[in-house]
Amino acid sequence: MTSMQFGIFTVGDVTRDPVQGTTLSEHERIRNTVEIAKKAEEVGLDVFATGEHHNPPFVPSSPTTTLAYIGAQTEKILLSTSTTLITTNDPVKLAEDYATLQHLVDGRMDLMLGRGNTAPVYPWFGYDGSKAVELTIEHYQLLRRLWEEDVVTWEGKFRTSLQSFTATPRPLDGVAPFVWHGSIRTPEVAELAAYYGDGYFANNIFWPKEHYIRLINFYRQRYAHYGHGEPHQAVVGLGGQFFMRKNSQDAVNEFRPYFDNAPVYGHGPSMEDFTEQTPLTVGSPQQFIEKTLTFADFFGDYQRQLFLVDHAGLPQKIVLEQLDLLGEVLPTLRAEFDARRPADVPDAPTHAARVAARDAANATEGVEQVSA
Amino acid sequence: MTRVVVVSAGVSDASSSTLLAQQIASAIGRADAQVSIESVELRPLSHDVIDASITGFASPRLQHVHDLLAQADGVVVVTPIYKASYTGLFKAFFDALEQDVLVGKVVLLAATGGTARHSLALDYAMRPLFAYLQSVVVPTGVFASPHDWGSEGSGALTSRVERAVDELLSLLGGTGSGRSSSDDIDLFSETMLSISDPRRD
Repeated sequence: MTSMQFGIFTVGDVTRDPVQGTTLSEHERIRNTVEIAKKAEEVGLDVFATGEHHNPPFVPSSPTTTLAYIGAQTEKILLSTSTTLITTNDPVKLAEDYATLQHLVDGRMDLMLGRGNTAPVYPWFGYDGSKAVELTIEHYQLLRRLWEEDVVTWEGKFRTSLQSFTATPRPLDGVAPFVWHGSIRTPEVAELAAYYGDGYFANNIFWPKEHYIRLINFYRQRYAHYGHGEPHQAVVGLGGQFFMRKNSQDAVNEFRPYFDNAPVYGHGPSMEDFTEQTPLTVGSPQQFIEKTLTFADFFGDYQRQLFLVDHAGLPQKIVLEQLDLLGEVLPTLRAEFDARRPADVPDAPTHAARVAARDAANATEGVEQVSA
Repeated sequence: MTRVVVVSAGVSDASSSTLLAQQIASAIGRADAQVSIESVELRPLSHDVIDASITGFASPRLQHVHDLLAQADGVVVVTPIYKASYTGLFKAFFDALEQDVLVGKVVLLAATGGTARHSLALDYAMRPLFAYLQSVVVPTGVFASPHDWGSEGSGALTSRVERAVDELLSLLGGTGSGRSSSDDIDLFSETMLSISDPRRD
């Protein structure tokens, strides 16, 4: 298994292509997403993750449906989310949906929890957006118990209580899906991830690295504080974005209209300022490799690197070409990251490794009991 | 050493706001040679300010100004009055500043306008903004209209500047050094307790 996982994450936006002047239908966007995930596996990537949104112009409102469909058409790629809304989804349904997915794809999945940043979504699902952080904590604590305990009696503030409830199916091999927590600004989420020894993912897209360095360092310190390992052994994931062409000037020319009209940062800073000040690379494969390798210098050795590729109205053909280019530089990225990685930094989490770790822990306990 | 940063949002060349900012800065220097004074013009930063309002982060040179403000004990803010209030650039600059940077800092309000009829904008527009930012606002604000720059009014303007500077310095004498930039870990500590507790059920 690879020590570090590389993959892509999609927001699932339907954005007008500013060059061709065309906008995909929802149907086309959803079919394209499946094609992108299959392509990601084909070029050798380890992870495909989809966002969850419940308002136009986004299409992925039902991540486990989409991931199960992709899982049926792929062999190796790990399926994940970016993010699953822990605030507005009922933790009981989350426990069941993701455990079902885990069985269907033989453990080839995990999930990343997030709060979402769209305030109007909360009342659509019966919740109050001003309680986002409390909801996150209560929902997550319940989700953990539903996976770890066969019979749960529970009482909380935000949903009806549970009496001797069993979420079905039980997690595959009795090991719950690995959980990442995604956040762009909230230290409480880093704290939650650290407390449970879960992974922490910084989207690393919109802002200068210093912002994310603060959050990740905080998570690493708290991870150690709760006794899960040394700070450099905490499980960290990062986002990133790029646009590559063999010739760097071609990349700049081709991507500029997409950058200038992009939903998040378009009509603001110049592409040159933005690439200088944030993790975005627009240039040659070599420039992309060099910039990506600096992430480990800034954030420490980490376990998962996801890139945002299908966005800003880029046509499907270009997205697939970008994935080919990413596939070509992958061996170099893997070798370079591995070369700098100390032996005591844990590998990226997988279901098989977690089952093995659980069995090893049980065996040790058994020995202790025998000798006692 | 006490640090004062003077921020001027004047936009025209030979701006009267910048002129007023310089006048206030000189008055501070005359009253107390120990105060270090940094002057900042917003005009060259105007694209950075708008970019920051879109991206949510400051460019390096805008961040430099934010850092100056974070390290300051006192701040002098000067804006032209357009359409009955401070300019959009002036407001956008403070919108882009991190939330707590001006908490507890002594702020002297100053403005310029085409007519003295705008002078109350100091009190109905600027003062609430800095009250919201939890600054300690100097009681005397300084407003300069065209009349004040002529020979008739200049004596009155000078004396208002001196009174405001006097109040600024006396408040600075009593407040000690400004807040340093925030230490995240300390700010988080209360949250940690609230997260760890509920699980002990």
